[in-house]
Amino acid sequence: MAESGSGDGAAVRRVRRTVLVAFAGATLGGIGSVVAYALDLGQHWVGLGLAVAFLGVGGGLVAWGHGLMPGGGDVEERPPVGPPAADERAAGASLRDRGAMVGRRGLLGGALATALSATGLAALVPTLSLGPSPGDALRHTAWAGAGAQRLVTREGRAVAVDELQVGGLLTVFPRDHVGDADAQAVLIRLADDVTVRAPAEVSATAAGHVAYSKVCTHAGCPVGLYEAIEQQLFCPCHQSSFDVVEGARPLMGPAARPLPQLPLGVDDEGFLVATGDFSDAVGPGWWSRP
Amino acid sequence: MVVTAVIARLASWLDQRLGAARAAEAGAGKVFPEHWSFLLGEIAFYAFVVLVASGTFLAMFFDSSLVPITYEGSYAPLHGAEVTPAFASVLDISFDVPAGLLVRQVHHWAALVFVAAIVVHLLRIFFTGAFRRPREVNWLVGVTLLGLAILEGFAGYSLPDDLLSGTGLRVGYSITQSVPVVGDHLAFLVWGGEYPGTEIASRLFIGHVWILPAVMGALIAGHLLLVVRQKHTQFPGPRRTEDNVVGERLWPTYLAKSVGLLFLVTGVMVLLGTLFQVNPVWLYGPYDPAAVTTGAQPDWYMGWLEGALRLTPSVAFRGFGVEVPNVFLPGVLLPGLTFAGLYAYPFVEQWWTGAADREHHLLQRPRDHPHRTAFGVAVVTFYVSLFVGGSNDVLVAQTGWDIAVVINVMRAMVVVLPLVAWWVTRRLCRQLQADDVHAGQVERIRERVPDA
Ligand code: FES
Repeated sequence: MAESGSGDGAAVRRVRRTVLVAFAGATLGGIGSVVAYALDLGQHWVGLGLAVAFLGVGGGLVAWGHGLMPGGGDVEERPPVGPPAADERAAGASLRDRGAMVGRRGLLGGALATALSATGLAALVPTLSLGPSPGDALRHTAWAGAGAQRLVTREGRAVAVDELQVGGLLTVFPRDHVGDADAQAVLIRLADDVTVRAPAEVSATAAGHVAYSKVCTHAGCPVGLYEAIEQQLFCPCHQSSFDVVEGARPLMGPAARPLPQLPLGVDDEGFLVATGDFSDAVGPGWWSRP
Repeated sequence: MVVTAVIARLASWLDQRLGAARAAEAGAGKVFPEHWSFLLGEIAFYAFVVLVASGTFLAMFFDSSLVPITYEGSYAPLHGAEVTPAFASVLDISFDVPAGLLVRQVHHWAALVFVAAIVVHLLRIFFTGAFRRPREVNWLVGVTLLGLAILEGFAGYSLPDDLLSGTGLRVGYSITQSVPVVGDHLAFLVWGGEYPGTEIASRLFIGHVWILPAVMGALIAGHLLLVVRQKHTQFPGPRRTEDNVVGERLWPTYLAKSVGLLFLVTGVMVLLGTLFQVNPVWLYGPYDPAAVTTGAQPDWYMGWLEGALRLTPSVAFRGFGVEVPNVFLPGVLLPGLTFAGLYAYPFVEQWWTGAADREHHLLQRPRDHPHRTAFGVAVVTFYVSLFVGGSNDVLVAQTGWDIAVVINVMRAMVVVLPLVAWWVTRRLCRQLQADDVHAGQVERIRERVPDA
C-alpha cells in the first residue's frame, strides 16, 4: 500500500481511477435524485439516484481506504483491562476510608433504603392511572344484561330465521355493539339432520342454528373460517380448529378451550335473538379466570 | 491548501479551549483488527442511524389517533372507508407525501436488516468466545439491545393500525393477559382498558419514537465506549498476542472504511426501499377485530414466537384456583427463558467449564471449542425450527399437505433437529481439529525435508 499521490505505478493509478469514478457516480446520482424529486418523476428515480449517491460515496471511501491509505499491521500494546491486584486493594481502601468517615451507616443506611423505597413506590404509583382495573369486564360481553337481543350483521341488519343457508356462516353482534371485539359471534346453520352434542347446550340452539364466540380461545384472533362438510371452525392465526357439533371443542392446533356458546332463541317476528351472554368468558385465558 | 489551513486553525483554536488534541491523537492512533465478521456490529449500528433518520421524517406525518374518520386521500380503493387517522396517515405517507413511500420502505427494510445484523453479530460473538472475561458486561448490554430492538420493531409495525398489525396486537394482548397473576391488570394498564381500546397506538408511538430509541441510543453509546476501553478482540495470527492489537489505525484508514460502510449500508437500504415493496398496508386494509386474515406473517424476527405459538400443544393448566393459559408457554415463558439464557451464558460457561478466569483477547475458532459450538448450533437450530413452524400455513397452502400432519412433524422437528445438529456439529468440530493437527504435521515434515 502506498500513500496517495506517491505515484508507485499502475496499481495506485487504478485505485485512484476507481475512487474518482465512484465519487463522480455519487455526484451524478445525487443530482439525479434531486432533479427527479423536483420534476416529480416518481419515487423510483428519487430512490435510485439516492442509492447510487450513497453507494458511490461508500464504495469510493472504502476503495480509497483500502487501496491508498496506510494498510494494516500496526501494533498497539494492550495493557490488561482490570487493575493489578495491589491497585484494586488500594483503590478500594481509599474509598472505604472515606466511607468510614460517614459513620454509623447501619441505622442511617437502613433508614435511607426505607425512605427511597417509599419514595420510589410513590413515584411509580401514578402509572396505575394508565388503565382501569379489569374488575369483571373480561367475564362478560355486550350480550349480557339487556334481556333477549337480536343478532345483527356487520351492516346492522337483524337476522331472520330462514335467512342463512344450511352450512352458512354469519358474523353477528348485539344491535348496539356492531363491530365489538368481545361480543362478536359466529352464527352457523346446521344441516337439518344434525343436532349438537355435549358439551354444547342443545337448549341454546334455535331453529337449527348454533352460535359461538368468534374470539379464538388461543390468542384471540377471529375464528372466521368454516368447513361446512366437516363442521369445523378454523382459526387462521395458528391453525386451531373447533368441532361445531360438539360445543366447539378444540380438535387441532394450540387452542385448549372450547369457544363459548351463545344461547339463541327466536323472537315473535321470527328474528334470531341471543337470550343471554356466552356460556363462559370469551377469548384467551388469564390466571384468575373464573 | 486553504481548506487544510482553515481546519488546522480551527483545530488549534479548539485545542486551546478544550485541550483535546492529545486525547484526539491517541484516539486517532487506536488500532482496529481486521476481519469481515467485525463489521456485523457496525452494520447494525449504521442501520440504527438510518432508522433514526428515516423515522424522524416519518414521525412528522404520522398521526397516532384511533378515533375513526373517513378516508379521503388519493388511494382510490379505500375512498370513503371509515378508517383511523393512524391508518390514514400511513396511507398519506405512502401516496400523498412526495418521497414518503420511499422513506417508509427504507425505514422498514432498515428495521429488518437492523435486527438481522444484531443477531448475526451476536452469533459471531458467541461462536468465537468474544463474550469471555473481560467482555461479559458488553454481552449483557448487547443482549439487552437485541431485546429492545425486537420490541421496537414490533411497536413500529403495529403503528399503522392495518389488519395485519392489528391481529398481531390482538395476540400481543392475549400474551400480556397470560402473564402470571397480574396479566389481566397488566393488559388493562398497557392498553388503557379492555381490548382494543383507543389508547394503544399513541402509547406505542411514544414508545417507538422516543422511549425505546433513547434507551437504545444510550446503550449503543455504552456498548461502543466499552469497546474503546477494552479494545477489540482479534483472531490468533502472526504477531497477534493477548497483549496487543494488530490492525489498522483509526485515522485515516479505518475511519475511511467505516464511514464508507455507513454510506454503503445506507445505500443498500435505499436500494431495497426503492426496489422491493414491504408492508403494503393498503392491501391489508384497516384493522377490524372481526375480519379474518389468512397467510398473515409477522416481520421475520417475530417468526420464532409465531412458530412457538403455532406448535405449542393444546394444553392449558387449570387447578389450585389458577389457570395457566396456553399462550403463557410460547408467549411468556419461552422469551423469558431465551433472554435469561442469553444473559446467563457467559457466567454459566465459565462456571461449567471451570476455565481459567483471566482476560481473553484472542478469539477462538468455533472448532476449537466443540462443546460451545455444538450447543450454540443446537440452540440456533431450535429457533430456526420454530421459525419454520411459523410458516406452516404457507407450506400447507403450497403443497396441499394435511395441516395436522404438518404440525405434528414440525413439533417433532423442534425437538429432534437440535439434537441432531448438536451431534453433527461436535463431530464436525473434532474432524476439523484432527485435520488441523494433520495439516500441522505435514507442514512440519515439509519444513524438515525441504525437497519433499
Ligand atoms: S388465535 Fe386462534 S389459533 Fe391462535
